[in-house]
Amino acid sequence: MTDKLKVSVWRGGGDRASGSFSSYDVPRSPSQTVLDVVTHIQRHIDPTLAYRFACRVGMCGSCAMTVNGVARWTCRTHVSTVARDDAIEIAPLSNLPVIKDLVTDMREFFDKWAGARGRFKGTKTRHDDFAKVSPQSPERVAANAGIECIGCGVCYASCDVVTWRPAFLGPAALNRAWTLANDVRDIDQRERLRAVSGDAGCHSCHTQGSCSVRCPKKIEPTAGIAGLKLRAAKAALRGEL
Amino acid sequence: MNSARNQALLWYAQRVSAMVLAVCVVVHLVTIIYAVRGGLSAAEILGRTRGNWAFGGFYAVFVLACAVHAPIGVLNALGELRAARGRLARFVAMLLALLIAMLGLRAVYAVVA
Repeated sequence: MTDKLKVSVWRGGGDRASGSFSSYDVPRSPSQTVLDVVTHIQRHIDPTLAYRFACRVGMCGSCAMTVNGVARWTCRTHVSTVARDDAIEIAPLSNLPVIKDLVTDMREFFDKWAGARGRFKGTKTRHDDFAKVSPQSPERVAANAGIECIGCGVCYASCDVVTWRPAFLGPAALNRAWTLANDVRDIDQRERLRAVSGDAGCHSCHTQGSCSVRCPKKIEPTAGIAGLKLRAAKAALRGEL
Repeated sequence: MNSARNQALLWYAQRVSAMVLAVCVVVHLVTIIYAVRGGLSAAEILGRTRGNWAFGGFYAVFVLACAVHAPIGVLNALGELRAARGRLARFVAMLLALLIAMLGLRAVYAVVA
Protein backbone atom coordinates (compact mmCIF):
# COMPACT_ATOMS: atom_id res chain seq x y z
CA MET A 1 0.00 0.00 0.00
CA THR A 2 1.32 3.41 -0.98
CA ASP A 3 0.27 6.66 0.73
CA LYS A 4 -1.70 7.81 -2.35
CA LEU A 5 -4.80 6.40 -3.98
CA LYS A 6 -5.52 7.02 -7.67
CA VAL A 7 -9.24 7.67 -7.96
CA SER A 8 -11.22 7.84 -11.21
CA VAL A 9 -14.53 9.59 -10.67
CA TRP A 10 -17.28 9.84 -13.27
CA ARG A 11 -18.11 13.49 -13.88
CA GLY A 12 -20.92 14.81 -16.01
CA GLY A 13 -24.42 16.21 -16.19
CA GLY A 14 -27.67 14.47 -16.99
CA ASP A 15 -26.44 12.63 -20.07
CA ARG A 16 -24.31 9.54 -19.42
CA ALA A 17 -22.89 9.63 -22.94
CA SER A 18 -21.38 13.09 -22.51
CA GLY A 19 -19.69 12.43 -19.15
CA SER A 20 -16.20 11.05 -18.56
CA PHE A 21 -13.86 9.95 -15.77
CA SER A 22 -11.60 12.44 -14.01
CA SER A 23 -8.55 11.39 -11.98
CA TYR A 24 -7.70 12.51 -8.46
CA ASP A 25 -4.91 11.64 -6.01
CA VAL A 26 -6.29 11.06 -2.54
CA PRO A 27 -4.14 10.40 0.58
CA ARG A 28 -4.67 6.94 2.11
CA SER A 29 -5.66 6.58 5.75
CA PRO A 30 -6.44 3.63 8.04
CA SER A 31 -9.97 2.16 7.74
CA GLN A 32 -10.71 4.60 4.92
CA THR A 33 -14.06 4.03 3.19
CA VAL A 34 -14.94 4.85 -0.41
CA LEU A 35 -17.30 7.53 0.94
CA ASP A 36 -14.34 9.07 2.82
CA VAL A 37 -12.50 9.22 -0.52
CA VAL A 38 -15.38 10.98 -2.29
CA THR A 39 -15.79 13.39 0.63
CA HIS A 40 -12.06 14.19 0.55
CA ILE A 41 -12.25 15.02 -3.16
CA GLN A 42 -15.27 17.29 -2.66
CA ARG A 43 -13.87 19.09 0.41
CA HIS A 44 -10.21 19.41 -0.55
CA ILE A 45 -9.82 19.07 -4.32
CA ASP A 46 -13.00 19.93 -6.25
CA PRO A 47 -16.03 21.39 -4.40
CA THR A 48 -18.18 21.04 -7.54
CA LEU A 49 -18.31 17.23 -7.20
CA ALA A 50 -21.90 16.13 -6.55
CA TYR A 51 -22.65 13.01 -4.52
CA ARG A 52 -25.31 11.88 -2.08
CA PHE A 53 -24.98 10.54 1.46
CA ALA A 54 -26.68 10.91 4.83
CA CYS A 55 -26.05 8.54 7.74
CA ARG A 56 -22.51 7.25 6.87
CA VAL A 57 -23.18 4.06 8.85
CA GLY A 58 -25.18 1.79 6.53
CA MET A 59 -28.66 2.71 7.70
CA CYS A 60 -30.06 5.12 5.12
CA GLY A 61 -29.00 3.58 1.79
CA SER A 62 -28.36 6.90 0.06
CA CYS A 63 -24.62 6.61 -0.71
CA ALA A 64 -24.77 3.64 -3.12
CA MET A 65 -22.45 4.04 -6.13
CA THR A 66 -20.69 1.84 -8.64
CA VAL A 67 -17.22 1.04 -7.30
CA ASN A 68 -14.90 -0.78 -9.73
CA GLY A 69 -17.95 -1.78 -11.76
CA VAL A 70 -19.94 -3.15 -8.80
CA ALA A 71 -22.85 -1.40 -7.06
CA ARG A 72 -22.06 -0.94 -3.36
CA TRP A 73 -22.72 1.18 -0.31
CA THR A 74 -19.69 3.45 -0.30
CA CYS A 75 -19.96 4.10 3.46
CA ARG A 76 -19.54 0.41 4.25
CA THR A 77 -16.88 -0.36 1.67
CA HIS A 78 -13.28 -0.10 2.86
CA VAL A 79 -10.86 1.11 0.23
CA SER A 80 -8.48 -1.73 1.18
CA THR A 81 -11.07 -4.33 0.06
CA VAL A 82 -11.66 -2.86 -3.40
CA ALA A 83 -8.45 -1.03 -4.45
CA ARG A 84 -6.48 -2.68 -7.23
CA ASP A 85 -2.90 -1.44 -7.69
CA ASP A 86 -3.74 1.49 -5.40
CA ALA A 87 -6.53 2.66 -7.70
CA ILE A 88 -10.34 2.68 -7.66
CA GLU A 89 -13.02 3.77 -10.08
CA ILE A 90 -16.23 5.40 -8.82
CA ALA A 91 -19.32 5.92 -11.00
CA PRO A 92 -23.04 6.56 -10.43
CA LEU A 93 -25.40 3.60 -10.05
CA SER A 94 -26.35 1.88 -13.31
CA ASN A 95 -29.92 1.63 -14.67
CA LEU A 96 -30.89 5.05 -13.28
CA PRO A 97 -30.77 8.51 -14.87
CA VAL A 98 -27.86 10.67 -13.69
CA ILE A 99 -28.61 14.09 -12.24
CA LYS A 100 -24.98 15.15 -11.86
CA ASP A 101 -21.68 13.31 -11.29
CA LEU A 102 -22.40 10.51 -8.77
CA VAL A 103 -26.01 11.48 -8.02
CA THR A 104 -28.75 9.44 -9.68
CA ASP A 105 -32.44 10.21 -9.99
CA MET A 106 -34.21 7.60 -7.83
CA ARG A 107 -37.77 8.57 -8.82
CA GLU A 108 -38.18 5.75 -11.32
CA PHE A 109 -36.89 3.26 -8.71
CA PHE A 110 -39.45 4.33 -6.09
CA ASP A 111 -42.27 4.78 -8.62
CA LYS A 112 -41.84 1.08 -9.37
CA TRP A 113 -42.41 0.24 -5.68
CA ALA A 114 -45.75 2.01 -6.05
CA GLY A 115 -46.30 0.18 -9.37
CA ALA A 116 -45.83 -3.14 -7.58
CA ARG A 117 -48.48 -2.06 -5.06
CA GLY A 118 -45.82 -1.92 -2.39
CA ARG A 119 -48.04 -0.33 0.21
CA PHE A 120 -49.94 -2.05 2.99
CA LYS A 121 -53.72 -2.07 2.79
CA GLY A 122 -55.55 -3.43 5.80
CA THR A 123 -59.06 -3.37 7.20
CA LYS A 124 -58.49 -2.52 10.87
CA THR A 125 -58.53 0.91 12.41
CA ARG A 126 -56.81 2.26 15.51
CA HIS A 127 -59.91 1.33 17.47
CA ASP A 128 -59.53 -2.39 16.69
CA ASP A 129 -57.38 -4.81 18.64
CA PHE A 130 -53.91 -5.74 17.35
CA ALA A 131 -53.75 -8.46 14.73
CA LYS A 132 -52.04 -11.55 16.12
CA VAL A 133 -49.41 -13.01 13.78
CA SER A 134 -47.31 -15.88 15.05
CA PRO A 135 -43.57 -15.18 14.52
CA GLN A 136 -43.20 -18.85 13.58
CA SER A 137 -45.91 -18.87 10.90
CA PRO A 138 -44.56 -19.61 7.36
CA GLU A 139 -45.93 -16.28 6.06
CA ARG A 140 -44.24 -14.25 8.80
CA VAL A 141 -40.95 -16.14 8.29
CA ALA A 142 -41.11 -15.46 4.53
CA ALA A 143 -41.88 -11.76 5.10
CA ASN A 144 -39.05 -11.47 7.65
CA ALA A 145 -36.53 -12.64 5.05
CA GLY A 146 -37.16 -9.53 2.92
CA ILE A 147 -38.39 -6.90 5.35
CA GLU A 148 -35.03 -5.23 6.11
CA CYS A 149 -34.69 -3.58 2.69
CA ILE A 150 -33.77 0.11 3.01
CA GLY A 151 -34.21 0.98 -0.68
CA CYS A 152 -30.60 1.75 -1.58
CA GLY A 153 -30.99 0.68 -5.22
CA VAL A 154 -27.94 -1.63 -5.29
CA CYS A 155 -30.04 -4.58 -6.49
CA TYR A 156 -31.79 -2.45 -9.11
CA ALA A 157 -28.47 -1.19 -10.48
CA SER A 158 -27.10 -4.76 -10.56
CA CYS A 159 -30.06 -6.26 -12.45
CA ASP A 160 -29.44 -7.05 -16.14
CA VAL A 161 -33.17 -7.52 -16.74
CA VAL A 162 -33.76 -3.86 -15.77
CA THR A 163 -31.14 -2.93 -18.39
CA TRP A 164 -32.83 -5.08 -21.04
CA ARG A 165 -36.41 -4.25 -20.09
CA PRO A 166 -36.59 -0.70 -18.71
CA ALA A 167 -40.21 -1.28 -17.63
CA PHE A 168 -39.20 -4.23 -15.38
CA LEU A 169 -40.20 -3.45 -11.80
CA GLY A 170 -36.86 -4.66 -10.47
CA PRO A 171 -35.75 -6.72 -7.47
CA ALA A 172 -36.47 -4.19 -4.70
CA ALA A 173 -40.06 -3.48 -5.72
CA LEU A 174 -40.77 -7.19 -6.20
CA ASN A 175 -39.15 -8.01 -2.86
CA ARG A 176 -41.43 -5.43 -1.24
CA ALA A 177 -44.44 -6.98 -2.99
CA TRP A 178 -43.37 -10.41 -1.71
CA THR A 179 -43.18 -9.23 1.91
CA LEU A 180 -46.72 -7.82 1.56
CA ALA A 181 -47.92 -10.96 -0.23
CA ASN A 182 -47.01 -12.72 3.01
CA ASP A 183 -48.73 -10.20 5.24
CA VAL A 184 -51.87 -12.01 6.39
CA ARG A 185 -53.53 -8.67 7.32
CA ASP A 186 -53.25 -7.23 3.80
CA ILE A 187 -56.37 -7.25 1.61
CA ASP A 188 -54.83 -6.10 -1.67
CA GLN A 189 -53.40 -9.49 -2.64
CA ARG A 190 -55.18 -10.08 -5.94
CA GLU A 191 -54.45 -6.61 -7.32
CA ARG A 192 -50.85 -6.90 -6.16
CA LEU A 193 -50.35 -10.26 -7.91
CA ARG A 194 -51.82 -8.73 -11.05
CA ALA A 195 -49.46 -5.74 -10.75
CA VAL A 196 -46.34 -7.89 -10.37
CA SER A 197 -47.16 -10.32 -13.20
CA GLY A 198 -46.56 -9.88 -16.90
CA ASP A 199 -43.74 -8.47 -19.00
CA ALA A 200 -42.75 -5.82 -16.47
CA GLY A 201 -43.19 -8.12 -13.49
CA CYS A 202 -41.76 -11.18 -11.81
CA HIS A 203 -42.05 -13.41 -14.90
CA SER A 204 -39.28 -11.48 -16.64
CA CYS A 205 -36.73 -12.36 -13.93
CA HIS A 206 -34.08 -14.83 -15.15
CA THR A 207 -33.00 -15.82 -11.64
CA GLN A 208 -29.44 -14.68 -12.38
CA GLY A 209 -29.15 -13.70 -8.73
CA SER A 210 -26.99 -10.54 -9.03
CA CYS A 211 -29.45 -8.78 -6.72
CA SER A 212 -29.09 -11.46 -4.05
CA VAL A 213 -25.30 -11.54 -4.34
CA ARG A 214 -24.89 -7.77 -4.07
CA CYS A 215 -27.60 -6.85 -1.56
CA PRO A 216 -25.73 -5.28 1.39
CA LYS A 217 -28.54 -6.45 3.71
CA LYS A 218 -28.16 -10.06 2.50
CA ILE A 219 -31.76 -10.13 1.29
CA GLU A 220 -32.55 -12.56 -1.54
CA PRO A 221 -35.01 -10.83 -3.88
CA THR A 222 -34.57 -13.78 -6.27
CA ALA A 223 -36.25 -16.08 -3.74
CA GLY A 224 -39.17 -13.69 -3.26
CA ILE A 225 -39.56 -13.29 -7.03
CA ALA A 226 -39.66 -17.09 -7.42
CA GLY A 227 -42.41 -17.15 -4.78
CA LEU A 228 -44.38 -14.47 -6.64
CA LYS A 229 -44.04 -16.41 -9.93
CA LEU A 230 -45.49 -19.52 -8.36
CA ARG A 231 -48.37 -17.69 -6.67
CA ALA A 232 -49.18 -15.79 -9.87
CA ALA A 233 -49.14 -19.01 -11.91
CA LYS A 234 -51.47 -20.72 -9.47
CA ALA A 235 -53.78 -17.70 -9.46
CA ALA A 236 -53.75 -17.66 -13.29
CA LEU A 237 -54.72 -21.33 -13.42
CA ARG A 238 -57.59 -20.64 -11.04
CA GLY A 239 -58.64 -17.72 -13.27
CA GLU A 240 -58.00 -15.20 -10.48
CA LEU A 241 -55.39 -13.12 -12.26
CA MET B 1 -56.82 -12.98 -21.82
CA ASN B 2 -54.98 -10.15 -20.04
CA SER B 3 -51.22 -9.75 -20.29
CA ALA B 4 -50.52 -10.64 -16.65
CA ARG B 5 -52.49 -13.89 -16.84
CA ASN B 6 -51.02 -14.73 -20.24
CA GLN B 7 -47.47 -14.20 -18.99
CA ALA B 8 -48.10 -16.24 -15.83
CA LEU B 9 -49.49 -19.13 -17.86
CA LEU B 10 -46.62 -18.99 -20.36
CA TRP B 11 -44.16 -19.10 -17.47
CA TYR B 12 -45.98 -22.09 -16.00
CA ALA B 13 -46.06 -23.87 -19.37
CA GLN B 14 -42.32 -23.33 -19.74
CA ARG B 15 -41.60 -24.67 -16.25
CA VAL B 16 -43.81 -27.76 -16.70
CA SER B 17 -42.32 -28.47 -20.15
CA ALA B 18 -38.84 -28.10 -18.60
CA MET B 19 -39.71 -30.83 -16.08
CA VAL B 20 -40.89 -33.11 -18.90
CA LEU B 21 -37.75 -32.32 -20.92
CA ALA B 22 -35.49 -33.13 -17.96
CA VAL B 23 -36.94 -36.65 -17.76
CA CYS B 24 -36.93 -37.08 -21.56
CA VAL B 25 -33.30 -36.00 -21.94
CA VAL B 26 -32.13 -38.40 -19.21
CA VAL B 27 -34.07 -41.35 -20.74
CA HIS B 28 -32.82 -40.37 -24.21
CA LEU B 29 -29.15 -40.22 -23.16
CA VAL B 30 -29.26 -43.42 -21.10
CA THR B 31 -30.92 -45.22 -24.03
CA ILE B 32 -28.28 -44.02 -26.50
CA ILE B 33 -25.38 -44.95 -24.24
CA TYR B 34 -26.92 -48.38 -23.52
CA ALA B 35 -27.85 -49.08 -27.14
CA VAL B 36 -24.52 -48.20 -28.82
CA ARG B 37 -22.23 -50.10 -26.44
CA GLY B 38 -21.21 -52.63 -29.09
CA GLY B 39 -21.78 -50.40 -32.13
CA LEU B 40 -25.08 -49.94 -33.88
CA SER B 41 -26.00 -49.57 -37.55
CA ALA B 42 -28.91 -47.57 -38.99
CA ALA B 43 -30.59 -50.82 -40.03
CA GLU B 44 -30.35 -52.17 -36.48
CA ILE B 45 -31.83 -48.95 -35.05
CA LEU B 46 -34.75 -49.05 -37.47
CA GLY B 47 -35.21 -52.75 -36.71
CA ARG B 48 -35.85 -51.86 -33.09
CA THR B 49 -37.92 -48.68 -33.63
CA ARG B 50 -40.24 -49.77 -36.47
CA GLY B 51 -43.64 -50.61 -35.07
CA ASN B 52 -42.56 -49.69 -31.53
CA TRP B 53 -45.36 -47.31 -30.58
CA ALA B 54 -44.17 -46.93 -27.00
CA PHE B 55 -40.93 -45.55 -28.45
CA GLY B 56 -42.97 -43.35 -30.77
CA GLY B 57 -45.16 -42.10 -27.92
CA PHE B 58 -42.16 -41.23 -25.77
CA TYR B 59 -40.46 -39.22 -28.52
CA ALA B 60 -43.72 -37.53 -29.51
CA VAL B 61 -43.97 -36.23 -25.92
CA PHE B 62 -40.30 -35.16 -26.14
CA VAL B 63 -40.97 -33.23 -29.36
CA LEU B 64 -44.12 -31.56 -28.01
CA ALA B 65 -42.33 -30.50 -24.81
CA CYS B 66 -39.61 -28.90 -27.00
CA ALA B 67 -42.28 -27.21 -29.11
CA VAL B 68 -43.74 -25.63 -25.95
CA HIS B 69 -40.50 -24.83 -24.13
CA ALA B 70 -38.19 -23.33 -26.77
CA PRO B 71 -40.57 -20.80 -28.38
CA ILE B 72 -41.49 -19.27 -24.99
CA GLY B 73 -37.78 -18.75 -24.30
CA VAL B 74 -37.28 -17.28 -27.77
CA LEU B 75 -40.24 -14.95 -27.21
CA ASN B 76 -38.59 -13.59 -24.04
CA ALA B 77 -35.16 -13.36 -25.64
CA LEU B 78 -36.52 -11.43 -28.63
CA GLY B 79 -38.10 -8.90 -26.28
CA GLU B 80 -34.97 -8.47 -24.18
CA LEU B 81 -32.64 -8.15 -27.17
CA ARG B 82 -35.10 -5.59 -28.52
CA ALA B 83 -35.10 -7.56 -31.77
CA ALA B 84 -38.87 -7.92 -31.80
CA ARG B 85 -41.79 -7.36 -29.46
CA GLY B 86 -45.54 -7.73 -29.49
CA ARG B 87 -47.15 -9.29 -32.54
CA LEU B 88 -43.97 -9.92 -34.51
CA ALA B 89 -42.30 -11.70 -31.57
CA ARG B 90 -45.42 -13.82 -30.98
CA PHE B 91 -45.56 -14.70 -34.68
CA VAL B 92 -41.88 -15.79 -34.70
CA ALA B 93 -42.41 -17.87 -31.55
CA MET B 94 -45.55 -19.50 -32.95
CA LEU B 95 -43.76 -20.26 -36.22
CA LEU B 96 -40.88 -21.86 -34.29
CA ALA B 97 -43.35 -23.94 -32.24
CA LEU B 98 -45.02 -25.24 -35.41
CA LEU B 99 -41.67 -25.92 -37.08
CA ILE B 100 -40.32 -27.89 -34.11
CA ALA B 101 -43.55 -29.84 -33.74
CA MET B 102 -43.84 -30.64 -37.47
CA LEU B 103 -40.22 -31.59 -38.10
CA GLY B 104 -39.96 -33.50 -34.83
CA LEU B 105 -43.16 -35.48 -35.24
CA ARG B 106 -42.28 -36.21 -38.87
CA ALA B 107 -38.91 -37.62 -37.73
CA VAL B 108 -40.60 -39.75 -35.05
CA TYR B 109 -43.11 -41.06 -37.61
CA ALA B 110 -40.28 -41.87 -40.02
CA VAL B 111 -38.47 -44.19 -37.61
CA VAL B 112 -41.58 -45.78 -36.10
CA ALA B 113 -43.96 -46.32 -39.04
